[in-house]
This record gives sequence, C-alpha cells and structure tokens, in this order.
Amino acid sequence: MYSFSYVKPATLKDVSAFLKSNPEARPLAGGMTLIPTLKARLAQPSHLVDISGLEELRGIEMKDGRIAIGAGTRHQEVARSARVREAIPALAYLAEHIGDPQVRNLGTIGGSVANNDPAADYPAAVLGLAATIVTDRREIAADDYFQGMFATALEAGELIVRVLFPIPKRAAYQKFAHPASGYAMTGVFVADSGKEVRVAVTGAGPGVFRWREAEAALAKKVSAEAVSALKMPADDLNEDIHGTREYRANLVNVLTRRAVTQIAGR
Amino acid sequence: MTVAKVEITVNGTRHAHEVEDRTLLANFLRDTLGLTGTHIGCDTSQCGCCTVHVNGQAVKSCTMLAVQANGADVVTIEGLAKNGTLHPVQRAFTECHALQCGFCTPGMIMAVAGFLKDNPKPSDEEIYRGLEGNLCRCTGYINIVKAVKRGSELLAGGKA
Repeated sequence: MYSFSYVKPATLKDVSAFLKSNPEARPLAGGMTLIPTLKARLAQPSHLVDISGLEELRGIEMKDGRIAIGAGTRHQEVARSARVREAIPALAYLAEHIGDPQVRNLGTIGGSVANNDPAADYPAAVLGLAATIVTDRREIAADDYFQGMFATALEAGELIVRVLFPIPKRAAYQKFAHPASGYAMTGVFVADSGKEVRVAVTGAGPGVFRWREAEAALAKKVSAEAVSALKMPADDLNEDIHGTREYRANLVNVLTRRAVTQIAGR
Repeated sequence: MTVAKVEITVNGTRHAHEVEDRTLLANFLRDTLGLTGTHIGCDTSQCGCCTVHVNGQAVKSCTMLAVQANGADVVTIEGLAKNGTLHPVQRAFTECHALQCGFCTPGMIMAVAGFLKDNPKPSDEEIYRGLEGNLCRCTGYINIVKAVKRGSELLAGGKA
C-alpha cells in the first residue's frame, strides 16, 4: 500500500466538506473493494475518509411506501432485516449471496453501488427495482445512475447517503456465481411493479443493463415461455477465462427464465 | 508517512499504540502485539486464515486497517478459550480432527464461531455457505463440516 492519511470526520457535513477540499481523498466504508485495491497499489489516495461511523448513513426504514436503506448498511444487515425480508425478499436474498460471511459483515450497499463493479450484485437490484440514489447533493434515478464499467453519475466527491427501493408486487434474483469469488458470472433481477416488468442484468456486460426485449415480452405475460425464444445478442457481452460471450448470453436467458418462473406463481 | 494513535481492546486487554495509517489489523495483531495465531495466508481477502472478531463479528483482518478498529473490541484465536477451557468450537475441531496441516484452523474456528452465533443450527447447505470465506488447502473439509455440526451441538449444551 502507498502511504495515505486516515481521517474520520464526525458528521456527513464534515465528510462532504473534506472531500470537496481534498480531491485526491477517497471515502472508506466497508473497504471490501478499496483495501484490496490499495494493497495491489492500484490507487494512491491522499486521504482515506472513514464514513463507517456516520449516523446519517445508518438504518433501514419505510419512507413514503419505499424502503430507505442507509448507504452504510452492511450486506448482512440487509440480509437479516425483517423489514426487507418481508417487503422485498429478493433483495434480502441478493444481499445474503454477496461474497462470503466475512465480506458481508463489512461491505456496504453504498460502497457496492458507488463502485459499480460490472459483476456486483446490488446494481441489478437497484436498476431492476427502479430505485433512487440519494446523495449528499441530489436524487438520481437508477436509469440515469449506472453508466458502464465502474462508471456512475456521481460527481467528484459526491457521496451516496441512502438508496430508496420502491416495493414491487413480486421480484426475484437469480445468479450464476463464480464458485471462488461469489461474483456474478451473470445475475438477473426481475421485478414486477404492477405497472411494468423490469429485467436487469449484471455480470454479463461491461455494466449492469436492462434487457428491454425481455421486458416487452413479459409485459404481455409473466411466464418463462414468453422469454424462452428470445436471444440475447452476445456482441457486447464480457468474455474472459471463465466463459465466452456466447456462454454469458445463454446464461442471461436461462437466469431470466428461472427468475420469471420463481415469481410467476405469486 | 502518517501515524495514528489507536486504542484497541484485544482479548479483553486494552492496547494503546501508535500505528502507521496503512497498517493492516492482521499485521498489528501479529507484529505489534505478537499474537501470531492470526495467520496471513493469501493476503488478498480470499483464504480467511486471518479471520478475527471485531465487535463480535467475523472479519478478515488482512482487509481491515488497524485504525478502522480504533475503539473496537477484537477477539483472536488466542482469546477464544476462557480460563483454560476451550471454546465449544475449538473442542469440536479437536474431537472431530478437523485439521490436517492446521494453517487454516485459527481462521476456520473464528469464522465458525462467528456464523454459529447468527445461525446456531445450520443445515448442510448453510454450513457450506458459512465456510465460503475460508479455504483449507489440505482440502480437509469433511471433518471441518463435521466439526461445525459438533460445535453447534456443544454450543446448544449438548452432551460433552
């Protein structure tokens, strides 16, 4: 690790001010991506600004019919939350299947969404559920927020405060996890809000995206048959030692059908 | 190089030290406090050998800074036994011979003691998922899984 200075401001206001005046500083929440990145000397921040103690980023509560999850909430807390399990069981399931128990004890939803790893789980739920990202400056709709590999609408120094999830009529998350890392080789989040069905795909492409063709088919009928004949074009998908882009294209279809089958009976 | 003052309670004893900001908790425990039961296997957050409890929860100490644990209560493998009596999970690992070379054992025991607190009676599937953050390079998982079940019984007050 390159050298840096560690600071832990007491309030969100202090954090925002510090990040504004120190453009090379990076916020540190759970550190499950940032610390390995620093250890590999892939980043050299001037400061790490520890936001893990901020009260403003804590808590899971109902707000105007949506679930508001503080950005500092650990994956394990989301997985175990009675409120989340009751209102959006697919979201609790997703949180319970991130990484491993030690990672879930530290990693946070805000960190995952800010990092926007192309194989991370949370972006699929945020996009699939049409959630809203609340920052220390504004609110951003999920459709505007994700902008490709590790890229988001966040400006320099902008901090996620909470994520607002509308409660769907029914939803399911299916992932084909890499057996060692737990990352999604492909993950599909299907959500039926009652007004629209959204299909969000993570792990397969350079960033999370909606499979519009499947959404259009599911708008007519929420059944696996409705999407079974659809073919996801492989051209823009990821290819690596774990699988070809054609393999991932097939996974998108398989996992979409599994997710749809899971919700079709409800 | 910047240095911070930390106060961390480790195995019930309060330690005040100056550490470099970039010092990892694993290195603080091993090099500063001499608690070498916490092993560093991969140093890339994968193997789980460095698992300790911070405020009661299992974490990988190679992926946490010592400064992040400032003010926290840390328990390492050295602090699990109480007054010379092994923790039920330590006893279960002994009884079931849940180790071969033993390098992963401290991390395994800390991880198991951690997830049994959240899920005292795990199913086989839940045990496999609970062990996902720990690797045994001897591949001695069969007896480790047995030990998790035995540990669960012992923690529930089952017959010794």
